[in-house]
Amino acid sequence: MAFLGTYNYWIFITLMMIGLYIVIVRGNLVKKIIGLNIFQSSVFLFFISVGKVSDGTAPIILHDGGEAIYSNPLPHVLILTAIVVAVSTSALALALIVRIHESYGTLQEELIHEAERAP
Amino acid sequence: MISAQLPALQVILPMFAAPIAILLRRGKLAWMLALVVTWIAFAISLVLLFQVLDDGPIQYFFGGWAPPWGIEYRIDALNAFVLVIIGAIGAAVLLFAGPSVEKEIREGHQHLFYALVMLLLAGLFGIAITGDAFNVFVFLEIASLASYALIAMGKDRRALTAAFQYLILGTVGATFFLIGVGLLYAMTGTLNMADMAERIHEIHDSRAVLTAFAFLTVGIALKAAVFPMHYWLPGAYAYAPSVVSALLAGTATKVAVYLLLRFIMIFGADFAYVALPLGATLAVLAAIGILVASSSAILQNDAKRLLAFSSVAHLGYIVLGVGLGNDAGVTGGILHMFNHALAKGAVFLAMGAVMLQIGATHINKLKGLGAVMPWTMAGFTVAGLSLIGVPLTAGFVSKWYIVTAAIDRGWWPLAVVMVVSSILAVFYIWRIIDAVYFSPPGANTENVKEAPVIMLAPLWALAGASVYFGIDSSFPASVAGKAAAIVLAQMP
Repeated sequence: MAFLGTYNYWIFITLMMIGLYIVIVRGNLVKKIIGLNIFQSSVFLFFISVGKVSDGTAPIILHDGGEAIYSNPLPHVLILTAIVVAVSTSALALALIVRIHESYGTLQEELIHEAERAP
Repeated sequence: MISAQLPALQVILPMFAAPIAILLRRGKLAWMLALVVTWIAFAISLVLLFQVLDDGPIQYFFGGWAPPWGIEYRIDALNAFVLVIIGAIGAAVLLFAGPSVEKEIREGHQHLFYALVMLLLAGLFGIAITGDAFNVFVFLEIASLASYALIAMGKDRRALTAAFQYLILGTVGATFFLIGVGLLYAMTGTLNMADMAERIHEIHDSRAVLTAFAFLTVGIALKAAVFPMHYWLPGAYAYAPSVVSALLAGTATKVAVYLLLRFIMIFGADFAYVALPLGATLAVLAAIGILVASSSAILQNDAKRLLAFSSVAHLGYIVLGVGLGNDAGVTGGILHMFNHALAKGAVFLAMGAVMLQIGATHINKLKGLGAVMPWTMAGFTVAGLSLIGVPLTAGFVSKWYIVTAAIDRGWWPLAVVMVVSSILAVFYIWRIIDAVYFSPPGANTENVKEAPVIMLAPLWALAGASVYFGIDSSFPASVAGKAAAIVLAQMP
């Protein structure tokens, strides 16, 4: 049952592999970016999982001053930053894709390489 | 007063100059702002280096929050040296940038170009100066995003695909880095590098720590273009605007190698070199990379692409030095970061001057340029000698360190690789020299004039420094030695 207890990490690894696979295998530049996004999102899930404390609650001081177990809020904050970074990366990549489409007329990697080899 | 705030100003000045450059809306004004800011940043980096050398490491708590709550900037001999490299190359390149950018970048884009350059410098300074592992990731992405956009501003349409390729590989590298940081945080409960280094020793055997080390090393190696992860580099350097090629060649990959050294320090040199075969792995990859990249350089027909392959080879030298893992090797690697930044910065600046005057860098187009652009080409030749590693140039000193380190370790074949690759370097530098000085001038070199003084001055400053530090290398070598001692502190 140890396997099920860490199921979120298994999801992280599966998503990560799917994302990387798309980045490597797909020839369409937009699909590559989607793969990259899946890959990055998987890492976000990993960070969030790390911050979870069993039976922990949101890290807000209780009204009655009682004791409570808190989840670690830091990974969430880090991931907010990382999400911003990922969004900027996607935006920049899509802008590049628009320019590439303008000058090559295609988004297929092989066709772009062919066009580059041609004098 | 203000001197206490220098570590923050180092990063904040260029970062704030970026939006101001956008608001200025005029290329010339943005250039002057960028120039002034970069020179101030260079001065700050020098002051910090001398402070560190005199009084030991500097700690700076951002916003007055002590770690582990706040972000700490921590400067020791290792990153102070890297800051000076970034500052020096930035100062030289921005002085050069004015006429070059006016020619190569569209009128309405020039102020945006300088804003991106400022962000790039802020990111690079930030990576080097910060003592917080997650902060490194943020600055890494600031610098990377700026450099993808800068590369895409090149005139050739291949600049776009080169930038895209770099974006994919760079993001994969940075995300690997993020996974490594996440695992380390899970294991140590801190993001502060100094605290991490303290706590990590007790959990060396943990598989999570091993995994973190693997992800960090591969991620950083992608960013540093260590063979065989160098695929993005030649295209990116070859098609980027001249100013960007010079800036990136001098700084970006060096900062990545710095990160590698920093994490070797955090994990402990005993862990990286003794418990794990990091040294041998890096050394073998570097040796293959040096030979492959040097041979590829000889076959290139575009001078900038040739020099880009030479960059991969020289990164190989640096990584080889790091991989050797003894005092002379790491010192040589760190010293070569500095020496190669000077020489490669100078040759890319020379190519920028050529680009300004004849609009191309294909070797066939360079024929006879020695007669019409004597100062540019003489500067190129001097820096080229340093790339080859001729005695009395800086390139020789650091290569000598690395060769002796290889012999000390008893890894003879690596010393042979160094010598063979130096001969290959003679060939590829000679291809350009031959076209420039010993070929009849082509039709395109008629009426070509020498580059303006404002471009020759930084070119000669870098080339001159290559010779100066080749004759008297005591200062950079002593700093590199101190930096190596920090990296190898845990070595048994």
